[in-house]
Amino acid sequence: MVTKAVPKGDAVKRMGDIASKIYHDLASSEIPTLSLPARTKSNIEFNEMYRVWKYGNATTTRSAKSLDGAYMLLRTMHMADFIKSMIDQKKSSTLREMYYISEGWGLAKFGAQQESDSLAEDLEIMTLCMREEFKLRPEEDGARVIGNLTLEERTRKGDIMKIHCQEDVGDAGYSIPYNVEPEKLKIKSVDADFILAIETGGMFDRLAENGFDESHRSVLVHLKGQPARSTRRFIKRLNEESGLPVVVFTDGDPWSFRIFASVAYGAIKTAHISEYLATPAAQFLGITPSDIVNYDLPTDKLTDQDTRALQAELTDPRFADEFWRGEIELQLKMKKKSEQQALAKYGLDYVTDHYLPEKLAEMGVI
Amino acid sequence: MRRRDLTAGCGLLTEEDAMAPTPIAEQLAKNQKEISVAEFFERNKHVLGFDSPTRALITGVKEAVDNALDACEEAQVLPEVNVSLAYLGDSREEFVLSVEDNGPGIVKRQIPSIFGKLLYGSRFHAIRQSRGQQGIGISAAVLYGQLTTGQHAKVSSKIGDGHPVYSCDIFIDTKKNYPEIMNESLDHWEKPSGTRITVPMLGRYVKGRQSVYEYLRGTAIVNPHARITYTEPDGTHHVFERASDVMPRECVEIKPHPHGVEVGTVIKMTKGANNRYLSGFLQTEFSSMGSRTVTDVLKAAGLNKSDNPREMTLQQIRSLVEAFKKVKIMAPPTDCLSPIGETLVKRGLKKETEEISPEFIISCMRQPAVHSGSPFQIEVGMVYGGSLPRDGQVRILRFANRVPLIYQQGGCALTHSIEQIDWRRYGLDQRGGKGIPNGPAIFLVHIASTNIPFTNESKEAVADIPDVVGEIKLALRDCARRLQQHLKKKEKRAKTKQKFELITKVLPEIASKSAGMLGKPVPNLDHVITKIMDIVWIDDEIRYEKVQKAQPVEEERKPVRQMTFDELPEDAADAVVSSSGWITVSSIKVQNYTQKPQGFTIHALIPPEATLGRAEPVPSKVTPKKISWELPEIPSAKTLTIVFELAGLGKGDFDENEIYTEGINPLCVIGADNWEGGDTDVEVSVLGHQEEEIAKEELEDDLERASEKGSKEKATGGDE
Ligand SMILES: Nc1ncnc2c1ncn2[C@@H]1O[C@H](COP(=O)(O)OP(=O)(O)OP(=O)(O)O)[C@@H](O)[C@H]1O
Ligand SMILES: [Mg+2]
Repeated sequence: MVTKAVPKGDAVKRMGDIASKIYHDLASSEIPTLSLPARTKSNIEFNEMYRVWKYGNATTTRSAKSLDGAYMLLRTMHMADFIKSMIDQKKSSTLREMYYISEGWGLAKFGAQQESDSLAEDLEIMTLCMREEFKLRPEEDGARVIGNLTLEERTRKGDIMKIHCQEDVGDAGYSIPYNVEPEKLKIKSVDADFILAIETGGMFDRLAENGFDESHRSVLVHLKGQPARSTRRFIKRLNEESGLPVVVFTDGDPWSFRIFASVAYGAIKTAHISEYLATPAAQFLGITPSDIVNYDLPTDKLTDQDTRALQAELTDPRFADEFWRGEIELQLKMKKKSEQQALAKYGLDYVTDHYLPEKLAEMGVI
Repeated sequence: MRRRDLTAGCGLLTEEDAMAPTPIAEQLAKNQKEISVAEFFERNKHVLGFDSPTRALITGVKEAVDNALDACEEAQVLPEVNVSLAYLGDSREEFVLSVEDNGPGIVKRQIPSIFGKLLYGSRFHAIRQSRGQQGIGISAAVLYGQLTTGQHAKVSSKIGDGHPVYSCDIFIDTKKNYPEIMNESLDHWEKPSGTRITVPMLGRYVKGRQSVYEYLRGTAIVNPHARITYTEPDGTHHVFERASDVMPRECVEIKPHPHGVEVGTVIKMTKGANNRYLSGFLQTEFSSMGSRTVTDVLKAAGLNKSDNPREMTLQQIRSLVEAFKKVKIMAPPTDCLSPIGETLVKRGLKKETEEISPEFIISCMRQPAVHSGSPFQIEVGMVYGGSLPRDGQVRILRFANRVPLIYQQGGCALTHSIEQIDWRRYGLDQRGGKGIPNGPAIFLVHIASTNIPFTNESKEAVADIPDVVGEIKLALRDCARRLQQHLKKKEKRAKTKQKFELITKVLPEIASKSAGMLGKPVPNLDHVITKIMDIVWIDDEIRYEKVQKAQPVEEERKPVRQMTFDELPEDAADAVVSSSGWITVSSIKVQNYTQKPQGFTIHALIPPEATLGRAEPVPSKVTPKKISWELPEIPSAKTLTIVFELAGLGKGDFDENEIYTEGINPLCVIGADNWEGGDTDVEVSVLGHQEEEIAKEELEDDLERASEKGSKEKATGGDE
């Protein structure tokens, strides 16, 4: 039961549509414009059907009336043309490679890779095609997995490789590739009770070393900070195909809450494909601000940036429920934050022997 | 006044005091003796400006240069002042300062007193604007040099063609307080007259803001008629060229104004009165005393017009001074003042800030005003942009009677006036709307007066007289408004420059890229371009054309009127035009980037010194301060160019036209402001309007300050 992916359009045709729109504007003596959904916190809405947060109806218009707008349109067209030719030639490139290629686009070249990455996202949104269809991929690799599950991956040579994520992998676990679509990766079998997504590498390694995947029949997934698309997509597929619950275990600070939000609700930047990436069933395990108090964890002071981030979350529709409101306000009041690894205060096994079992039981997962 | 304060303060006692008849006084008398000048000097080093070796060098230069410039102005010759500082022998702490001028020279018999006696001068009693006031300056420098090096100063002077140069060494006998002359000799100079003073002195040579170089540079800015050269101890030679070859207006000496005198002064005046009748005495010995005023004063004082001033009692004099305060008396005449003038302030600043290549220079001169009976006049200049640091404090240049003030910036009314303005409203950074603002700017403030109200004898800071501060603030605000206008215009232009980039570069590429992707022909962009721009763009360019000095001004270029620096006589005005020898050619380009034809009126303001020559198209109206054109309709996407020439300005005096539009929506015009003056002349309309605005801003700042204070008080009240 794979989620219905974003409607797959003919990417080549969509690229041509962009050029047509602009040409048509010019030919009819209008200032050329392109519209796309506004990618802001205020323009995300809860989608009842998919139970994730997606963009609302607000749009932004890029217009050649301003110099910045005109440059945007020119770059958009160059990128569309480039993607078209890549598809034609059955090639693919990384976002970074495209950034370097844009050096040759004359006036349309970018000032920084961030600009070209974000325009690639804009193009996805405008054309309703996925970046993967554009043959663009991020250079960051996906994160790691350890647990009692068997996968089938199609290798570069086209062979099918069977991998068991405990027996066939080293201590680092199985590395999630950038493309986790069924044509590349199949989930053959899972024998576990729940999926545990972990923010930091240190904690992932701690749980692996303590054998938490075996002792508590869990699949451990390393998020590596703000998770890459492929990691989120992998978690979603695992959740939907195996029906296992997903719990997210992060540091206890506002940035970690956002990591959870992007796993469970959908990220603001990629809200156009939230139904494809987000796992609405995911639950937050901790560290919650209440945990900081209840477990008397070592803390750091909130920085000004932390405080601002918390305040921003109070007006973020994704956090507008009782649980989050209570926790965010508590944290603002105590002005403290803690890391996952602060649990080591009570010994290296405390997290696997006490904290996690207690929290999981509380949540009804075990 | 000052002179008495100084002597009294150091115990030079009068005979009367010393011969008190009581025994205790006799006792005291044993300790009472004349104090030597050396001791006097030692005690007053700081007020005389010789308290540190660094400052001593600057003060030495200042005293000699001030005198040189004063002397040249009195003799009405364009000053040529050569300053040099050299190490004295192998020492790095002792210097030989030498300053030579081309002034009138000094007659032989005066030399010992001028250079060897404190409190000897020609300006102490004269009420007029001059640099020297006290008769201390140069002799203090000579004395300092002698006390610190044990060596003699040397003076050379020539008083006219056919006279030899007389030179001598001056030695001050500090016990007798008497100058002695040695090593007299005669010599020859090419120049008709002049003076050179050479003083050996202890000093410390530094660079930077408080240095001899900066002092001379400041002097050059406010004395654009002077040519100053300077040789540093390491041999580096600087020349501050003249920016103008017109002498400043000669300052007339005036009589004391009744509002500026105290009882003591009046006693002295009555003692020496030549007139036997009080009414005549009042009319001739004071300024602004017409016969009506004299009658009013006498009535108020209960005195008779036929009283003999020499026989007045102290009581009578007191009531006279009281009456001066009660009766309305006209302000003193102001021809005793010699301000620099707006154009010359600008020119001086321009010349001396060339290496910064500033983006904008403006100046403003106030009308003369009066503080306690003394006339004064304020001038302000501003330099903006170029390579000046963007984040540091604005640099302040202070001047009093054309003399740079180097020390005590924080304690000076000129600085305080700047600090009291909320500069944020004029687009400069300023923490809390108080204090010295930040930004890439230099502010120049000059006060000219017959009596500069210095805070003390060292003449480094001006006292906070409310009338003076008020005038300075008005002048600053006037400049600030124009600076702000300039900045706004620039910002608007920069935005529009972007649009030019858009329509000339980016848009054509968008068109060809989209056409290329679709394999279609590139569409025509004209209409899209006017839709994107939707403005009228006014561009202004100024260039200077040199005209041959001898060449007669062509008929059509014949000046239509004569306006000159500080209202010089007609023939002098001609001299200005021909000697500057430049024609300023302005072209104003009007480009219609809107979708419909545009017809409107353009006004260009011209500086008061300028004379209009050729103008194309023919203006519909010309007044002494502005030129107006009612333009024919300019079709969409077309351009019209206006060209006009001005004479009477130096090269670079005028680098930006003030252009206004009328009869068109100001929002769609870039490069000109909306004309709000109606059909009248600038003087009464725009300027009048500005004064009003400035007054409003002043009031707003005051209110803000008052409310701030109020809220602070409340806040502290709440704490308690
Ligand atoms: N270079 C000079 N050429 C001609 N006269 C001079 C020159 N230098 C000084 N004098 C005459 O000597 C007088 C005394 O000069 P001095 O500098 O001591 O006093 P001052 O300039 O009058 O006042 P201040 O003490 O404020 O400088 C001057 O008033 C002036 O008449
Ligand atoms: Mg002097």
